[in-house]
Amino acid sequence: MAPLLQVSNLNAWYGESHVLHGVDMTVGEGETITILGRNGVGKTTTLRTIVGIIRERKGEIRFAGKDMANVPLHRTAHNGIGFVPEERGIFSTLTVEENLMLPPVVAEGGMSLEEIYELFPNLLERRASPGTKLSGGEQQMLAIARILRTGVKLLILDEPTEGLAPVIVQRIGEVLKTLKDRGMTVLLVEQNFRFASRVADRFYLMDHGRMVADFPVGELPGKMDMLHKVLGV
Amino acid sequence: MSEMTQTAAKPRIERSATASRTYMIFVIIGLAVLILAPMFFYPIFLMKLLCFALFACAFNLLLGYTGLLSFGHATFFGGAAYFTAHVVKEWGFPPELGILTGVVGAAMLGLIMGFFAIRRQGIYFAMITLALSQMFFFFCLQAEFTEGEDGIQSVPRGHLFGFIDLNISTNMYYFVLGVFLIGMVIIWRFINSPFGMILRSIRENEPRAISLGYSVARYKLGAFVMSAALAGLAGGLKALVFQFATLTDVAWQMSGEVILMTLLGGIGTLIGPIFGAGLVVTLQNYLATSQFPVTIVTGVIFMVCVLVFRRGIIGEFYASRLGRKLGFEHRR
Amino acid sequence: MTMIFGIPLQAFLGQLLIGLINGSFYALLSLGLAVIFGLLRVINFAHGAQYMLGAFAAMLMLEYFGINYWVALILGPIVVGLFGAIIERTMLSRLYDLDPLYGLLFTFGLALTIEGTFRYLYGAAGQPYSVPAQLAGGTNLGFMFLPIYRGWVVVVSLVACIGTWLLIEKTKLGAYLRAATENPVLVQAFGVNVPVLLTLTYGLGAALAAFAGVLAAPIYQVSPLMGSNIIIVVFAVVVVGGMGSIMGAILTGYMLGIAEGLTKVFYPEASNIVIFVIMAIVLLLRPAGLFGRDA
Repeated sequence: MAPLLQVSNLNAWYGESHVLHGVDMTVGEGETITILGRNGVGKTTTLRTIVGIIRERKGEIRFAGKDMANVPLHRTAHNGIGFVPEERGIFSTLTVEENLMLPPVVAEGGMSLEEIYELFPNLLERRASPGTKLSGGEQQMLAIARILRTGVKLLILDEPTEGLAPVIVQRIGEVLKTLKDRGMTVLLVEQNFRFASRVADRFYLMDHGRMVADFPVGELPGKMDMLHKVLGV
Repeated sequence: MSEMTQTAAKPRIERSATASRTYMIFVIIGLAVLILAPMFFYPIFLMKLLCFALFACAFNLLLGYTGLLSFGHATFFGGAAYFTAHVVKEWGFPPELGILTGVVGAAMLGLIMGFFAIRRQGIYFAMITLALSQMFFFFCLQAEFTEGEDGIQSVPRGHLFGFIDLNISTNMYYFVLGVFLIGMVIIWRFINSPFGMILRSIRENEPRAISLGYSVARYKLGAFVMSAALAGLAGGLKALVFQFATLTDVAWQMSGEVILMTLLGGIGTLIGPIFGAGLVVTLQNYLATSQFPVTIVTGVIFMVCVLVFRRGIIGEFYASRLGRKLGFEHRR
Repeated sequence: MTMIFGIPLQAFLGQLLIGLINGSFYALLSLGLAVIFGLLRVINFAHGAQYMLGAFAAMLMLEYFGINYWVALILGPIVVGLFGAIIERTMLSRLYDLDPLYGLLFTFGLALTIEGTFRYLYGAAGQPYSVPAQLAGGTNLGFMFLPIYRGWVVVVSLVACIGTWLLIEKTKLGAYLRAATENPVLVQAFGVNVPVLLTLTYGLGAALAAFAGVLAAPIYQVSPLMGSNIIIVVFAVVVVGGMGSIMGAILTGYMLGIAEGLTKVFYPEASNIVIFVIMAIVLLLRPAGLFGRDA
C-alpha cells in the first residue's frame, strides 16, 4: 500500500540559508512517526515545509498520492493535513470554544464537538474563557482538539510535550493512543525521548538538515548508543 | 523600520575606493553644473530647485538615516519661511539674520513636535507628526503675524552682510547656492559623525542600541531637531527667494511633497533627494502651464514608486549593473 | 431662557448635538481605520477619500440615475467597497511583507489621486445634496430644536458601529478576522483563505467610510476636499484611542466629537485644534492611547 505521506529529496531555504538538504521520509496510513534530533537540525522546518508554511522549497511532497508542490497554504488542510505548531497558536481574542470551532471542517470523519468534550472534559468546563487563560497543558489539549474536529487524515505535531508537567504528558500520550486506535496518522517531532518511545511506531533521526537513520520502535533498544551520541542525551 | 532603509545604498564611508573616486567625480561635475547653470536656466527656477533640494535632504536625514517618517515637515519649512519673512519685513533684519531666525524657529518647533512624536513609533509617529503639523497650520491660519490667507508678501531680500545686493539675480543665486552647499556639508558631516553612526545603529536594530546603553529617545530627538533646523534653513531661504510666505508652505500637501521627493530620489542616499526634488520641481513647473492637475500626477507617482521603485533614482542606480561596476554596493 | 454655564441652554444643546454628529463620523471613520489596521497592519490614508467617494456616489447617483438617498445608502458603500477590494487585490497586497509605512505612503498616493481627480472634475467648491424628504424638518423637544436628519445620523451611525462590533466579536467571520489578526499563517494552515479575508476587510473598511460619506452628504457640502479635511482629525482620534480595540475606536470617536462641540461653545477659536491638543496630552500621560493594547 502506498504511504500516506511521501517526502523525497526535500530541500528548503530560510531566505539565503539552506536548511533542509534532501530530506526523505515516508509515513504510512495509521502509523505514528516521530522525528528525533538535536535543536536546530531542521525538525520544525521539515514539518513547516510539508505543511506549506515555508514556500522556498524543492523536492517532492506527495500526500495521499497528490503532489503538494503547488498547493497554496490555505488549501493544505483541505487536502487532509492538520498542523499543531510548537507555540500552539491559541488565539487570545477568542474563547476556548471559538478556538475549538475555528478550523473549518475539511472532510468527514472528524470528531463531533460532543466527542471532543468527552475526550477533553476540562475544555468543556472552560469553554467560555479566553483561550490564553488556560494553562500550558490545557492549551496543548485545545490545540490538538481543534484539529480533531476537522476530519484531517494526517496530524502533524511540533513538540507537543514541551514544557509540560509529566501528568499532562501522560494525558497527551493517552490522547495520541486513542487517535491511533481511531486510525489517525500522526507525525510528530519530539525531544522527549521516553514519551516518543511509548507512542511511536517508527523513528526518524535527523541531523544537519537530513535524515540519518530510521528504524521501527522494536529496534529502539539496539539504537540507544547511537542515539546518545547523536542527541547528546 | 530598518526594512524601509534596507533598500538604500550603503553609507558613503563604507564604500570601496573606486566608488569614492567615482563619487568625488560626480560631486565635482555636479558643482560645476550648479555654478554654471544660471547661464542656461532661469535663476528663479534654479533657486527654487536648490531650496527644495535642501528641504528634501534635510527630511532624508530623519527618514533615510534615522528611520523615522515625519508627515509634518511642512511645519518647519513653512514655519521658518514665516519667521524669516516677518523679521526681515517687519523688523528690518538683514537677510543672514533673517534666515538664522528661521532656522532657530524651526529648530524650536522641531523640539516641541519631536518631543511628542517620539513617544510612539512607526505608524503612530507619522500620524502624530501629521496631526501636530495640522495644528500648526490652523494656528498659522488664525494668527495675526502670518496675515492668514494672504500670507506675508513683498518680503525684501535686502543686502547680504550689509553690502551685497540680493535683489540682483546673480548675487541671490550664488548666495542660495552657497547656503545649499553649506547645508549639504552639514548633513554630510552629521551623517558621518559618531552621532550619525549611532542613529544608524538605532535604525538598524533599536533594541540592540538600547541594550548597549544608548538613550535612544534623546538621539532620535536630536536627529529630529537637526532635520527640522535644516528644513528651516531651506524654508527661510525660500522666503527670500520668492519674497513671500504663505499657508501653502505649512500645509500637509507640502509635507507629502517632500516625502515624494525623497522617495523618488532615493531614501537613505545623500544626493538622491536632490534629484527627486529636481524632478518634482521641474514636473510642477511644466504642469503649471498646462491644465493637468498636479495632485493626480503626484499621487500616481507616489503609488508607482511605492510599488515598483522603492529604491528611488539614485538607489536604483547604485543597485544597477553600472552602479555596481563603479563600485557602489547595495544591501539586499 | 434657561442658562447653563453662562450659555443659553438652547445654544449649548445645539452645539452638543453638532458635537455628537461630528463624533458619529469620527467614530465610524476611526472604526473603519481600526478594522483595516487590525488585520492588514496598514494605515489607510485613502479612508478620507473613500468617505468623499461615498458622498459623491450619492450625489452622482441621484443626478444621473435618479437613485434616491435610501438606495444610495446601500449602493454607495457597495460600489466604493468593491473599488477598494480591487485596489487591495491588485496593488496593496503586494506591500504586506514590507515596512508598514509603505502601506501608509501608498494609500497616501491613492488619496491624492482620488482627490485630485475629483477636484479636477468638480472643482474645490462644495455641492449641495438635499436631505431626503422623509427626514426633513425637525421637532421641538422643548429644551431644544432637533432637526430630524441630525437625529437620524446619530442613530444610524450608532447602529452601524454596533453592527460592525457585533460582526467582529460575535460571528464566525469575525472570529476568522480576529484570529487572522493574531496569527495569519496558522489560520491559513487551518484552511482559511486569509488573502481573500484581507481583501474583504479592506473592502469592508472602504464601504464603512463610504457609508459615512453618504450620511454626511446632506449635512456638509459634497466637496472633493471633505476627505482630507477629516482624515487628519480621524488620525488624531485614532492615536488618542489606540487601535487595539474596535470598541475603543468607537468610544473615542464619540468622546472627541463631543469635546470638540463643547469647545466650540466655550472657546470657539480653539475648536479646530482641541482634538490635537487632547492628542498631545494623551501622548504625555498614556502613550499607548486610552484603549490601546500595544505601546
